[in-house]
Amino acid sequence: MTVTHVVFFLMAAFTVGASLLVVLAKNIVHCAIALVFAFFGVAALFVLLDAEFLAAAQVLLYVGGITILLLFAIMLTSRISAGGVKIMNEQVGISAVVVLAIVGLLAYANLKGFPALVPPLTMADNTASIGKLLLTTYVLPFEVVSLLLLAAMVGAIILARREREKD
Amino acid sequence: MDMKLVALVPLLPLIGVLINGLFGAWIKERAHLIAVTAAGLSCLVAFVVFFQTLGGATLDWDVYPWLNVGDLKVPIGFLVDPLSTVMMLVVTFVGFLIHVYSIGYMHGDRGYARFFTYLNLFMFSMLMLVLANNYLLMFLGWEGVGLCSYLLIGFWYEKKSAADAGKKAFVVNRIGDAGFILGLFFIWTTFGSLKYTEVFAAVNPELGVGIYTTITLLLFVGATGKSAQLPLYVWLPDAMEGPTPVSALIHAATMVTAGVYMVARSNALFNLAPFSLEVVAWVGALTAVFAATIALVQNDIKRVVAYSTISQLGYMFLGAGAGAYPSAVFHLGTHAFFKALLFLGCGSVIHSLHGEQDMRKMGGLRKAMPITTWTFLLASLANAGIFPLAGFWSKDEILFNAFVRGLTIPWLLGLIGAFLTAFYMFRLFFQVFTGHFRGDHHTAHHLHESPPNMAYPLLVLGVLSVIAGLVLGFPPDHGLYHRYVAPIFEVAHESEAVVEHAVSAATEHAAGASELVMAAVSLAVALAGIGLAYLFYVKRPDIPAALADKLRGLYNLLLNKYWVDELYEAIFIHFGKRFCGFLWVVDARVVDGAVNGSSWLTMRLSAISSWHDMKIVDGLVNAIADLIQGGSFTLRRLQTGAIQNYILAMALGIVGMVAFYLFL
Amino acid sequence: MVPLSYYLILSVILFGIGMFGALTRRNAVGILMALELMFNAVNLNFVAFSRYLPQALMQGQIFAIFVITVAAAEAAVGLAIVLGLYRNFQTINVDEINLMKW
Repeated sequence: MTVTHVVFFLMAAFTVGASLLVVLAKNIVHCAIALVFAFFGVAALFVLLDAEFLAAAQVLLYVGGITILLLFAIMLTSRISAGGVKIMNEQVGISAVVVLAIVGLLAYANLKGFPALVPPLTMADNTASIGKLLLTTYVLPFEVVSLLLLAAMVGAIILARREREKD
Repeated sequence: MDMKLVALVPLLPLIGVLINGLFGAWIKERAHLIAVTAAGLSCLVAFVVFFQTLGGATLDWDVYPWLNVGDLKVPIGFLVDPLSTVMMLVVTFVGFLIHVYSIGYMHGDRGYARFFTYLNLFMFSMLMLVLANNYLLMFLGWEGVGLCSYLLIGFWYEKKSAADAGKKAFVVNRIGDAGFILGLFFIWTTFGSLKYTEVFAAVNPELGVGIYTTITLLLFVGATGKSAQLPLYVWLPDAMEGPTPVSALIHAATMVTAGVYMVARSNALFNLAPFSLEVVAWVGALTAVFAATIALVQNDIKRVVAYSTISQLGYMFLGAGAGAYPSAVFHLGTHAFFKALLFLGCGSVIHSLHGEQDMRKMGGLRKAMPITTWTFLLASLANAGIFPLAGFWSKDEILFNAFVRGLTIPWLLGLIGAFLTAFYMFRLFFQVFTGHFRGDHHTAHHLHESPPNMAYPLLVLGVLSVIAGLVLGFPPDHGLYHRYVAPIFEVAHESEAVVEHAVSAATEHAAGASELVMAAVSLAVALAGIGLAYLFYVKRPDIPAALADKLRGLYNLLLNKYWVDELYEAIFIHFGKRFCGFLWVVDARVVDGAVNGSSWLTMRLSAISSWHDMKIVDGLVNAIADLIQGGSFTLRRLQTGAIQNYILAMALGIVGMVAFYLFL
Repeated sequence: MVPLSYYLILSVILFGIGMFGALTRRNAVGILMALELMFNAVNLNFVAFSRYLPQALMQGQIFAIFVITVAAAEAAVGLAIVLGLYRNFQTINVDEINLMKW
């Protein structure tokens, strides 16, 4: 048990706990808060994997962007006081079984026959090399994705816009 | 610059068609801007291409594989060589001038945009016909110009005579086209290709004269239809129902010469079929005289010119039949200039007289319409073959070549035709432009020269009618033009072996008669014709009437165009009707009887069948339907419409797949 | 270092939790949150492989960046749709939106 192991298990437990809260909490606002913690946990795991840039992006985008967006949506749509209402639909039982089956099968596959990969001890400068790759090899997808973002932005504006009065 | 620019030549008019055709309702009075620009640019590009071919360059360019069925491979492709270039220049240049002229002539017509759409469509089709590098694409253009001809003859479709004339042109052309198509089939089965280069490369005298004679005669049937030769000429005079610019462009300068072009293009085939050549020459010569005699007595100004066109086309075929393809095509070019000019002049006259076409009600227009008069005079002289105008050189060449070939009787016919031509042209000229006006008072006041955009094309064509022959065709058979087109027909001369020996004797015989003497003879004949016309219609206007009285029978024969239309009516239409009547009787007695009998039988049988149907088949069908209905009511529950059910199903599928990969 | 399979199993667990949420939550925003969880699980997978397979030249991380971007776009559009739903139905519970159901 090295320090890394300890940190990994701690972060893993933290993330899984937060995620469970996201899915199971009754109050939708609590879910959103739990989601923030789950994102933080994943960011920490990224750091553990020497992906500092991604960790930063994760915090900025998910925690800073998407969660805020979600919170806005919640406030605009839900009556927060709506307690006691069922939050799950009727297929909880069967869903649980199916999901457990998937998780079990994949985990089994993982443990059964996966080659033990030995990672290199150090990585090259993460942020710099990502920057280089994005502007050289992956410049086309990069541009395409920026176009996608633009389209999503326009689409979101049009969808969310209040329809003009009929006359 | 690239020779592939040639693609633009037909493409520009096509763009014009698309714009005017689709947006004509909005463009209306501005349609000419697009159409004339398209035609003008097309002409410009044609000249650019022409200058590139001057060095002897040719282009055989397969743009796109059009048809690929089994062994039949037909490209959409262009062939640029001197022959097609000459045709392209004539078509685009005369076409452009006539577009310009139409602006004035068609001004204020309800179908203004439609007219220019058709005109551009015609340019496109004609250019495809001329520039195609294979017979099938040529046939496409051939049919395209036929369609445009039909649309434009019947342009004023409210007039029954115009609509009928359009139909007549279409039907008569169909007969010729049937021959053309059969010819194409023969070419394909014989040579395995429809591309000019491949067909002509595969031409081989060893295949026997028979096959060449068959092919060429069938092709010539197509040519007689399109180029209005005996016996299929009947549609052309009626085609004068169309607007006059159309008569000038389609029924004088370009479309009707397609047959001549086709024969010239197929010279490699014709040269191996001496019999076909003789047929071509004879048909041409006979048509030349036949149509000229009719033209002598017609009173409709456009009909005279129309019969003159048929007659001149006859000369072209006489030339082609004599193996003098360059001369035939040369006459085609010069004829395009002066005949277009004649028609445009007619149009100008008709325009000024508000639609009057009867020459007996004209006269003395010289004072009111100087430009029209002078250009018309030049065109008449050119048409009559007076030295040194365009028509002289080309017609003289044809006659000389016919004589050299030993086609003495066709040559004589041609000479007679030349005399008649001079006579009827000047009969027309003297009747219309000299003397004094014979129409009503009201019209006399409104006589006026045509507006500039109608007059300028006249002037340009007038200049060309004067100089084209001298510049391009002097000395005869070795002029600028002849040196330019020589390469195409050179190949032909080598494969001419079969024809050659038949002709060699005739050549000796002709050596004595120098070309100069021949020219003098035909010139004298033409002048005699003019002199006679002068005598008849200026000096002694009483002679024609007296003569018509004396020779009443002949006069009526000619006036009624030898009763050919009536003859066709009697033979084909009447017989057709009788035949249809007979078929109707067959229908009523035999077919209907059989049908009634079978219906009785059917009713009995169906009674049995219906019982079987209702009890057994329907029972079975209903059983299946019930089963399916019941099943669907159950299965419907699966389609919940709740997205999460679907995701669950998907997840189940994933479980299945993972399990499959892991354990199986 | 921690073996790769630890990360992969963690990723599978996160993915499963997200999937469970997507399958069961009634609230549309809840479903979107569950989806984000699934995205994160996938990203974790990518980054882990990227770390353990250096010859892949960071492809995993690049891909994760694209996933994050697409997720952001998806969240924006998805939330706009949720707003639209709320405006038209006064609810965002997906099982109550049954206009087109039999």
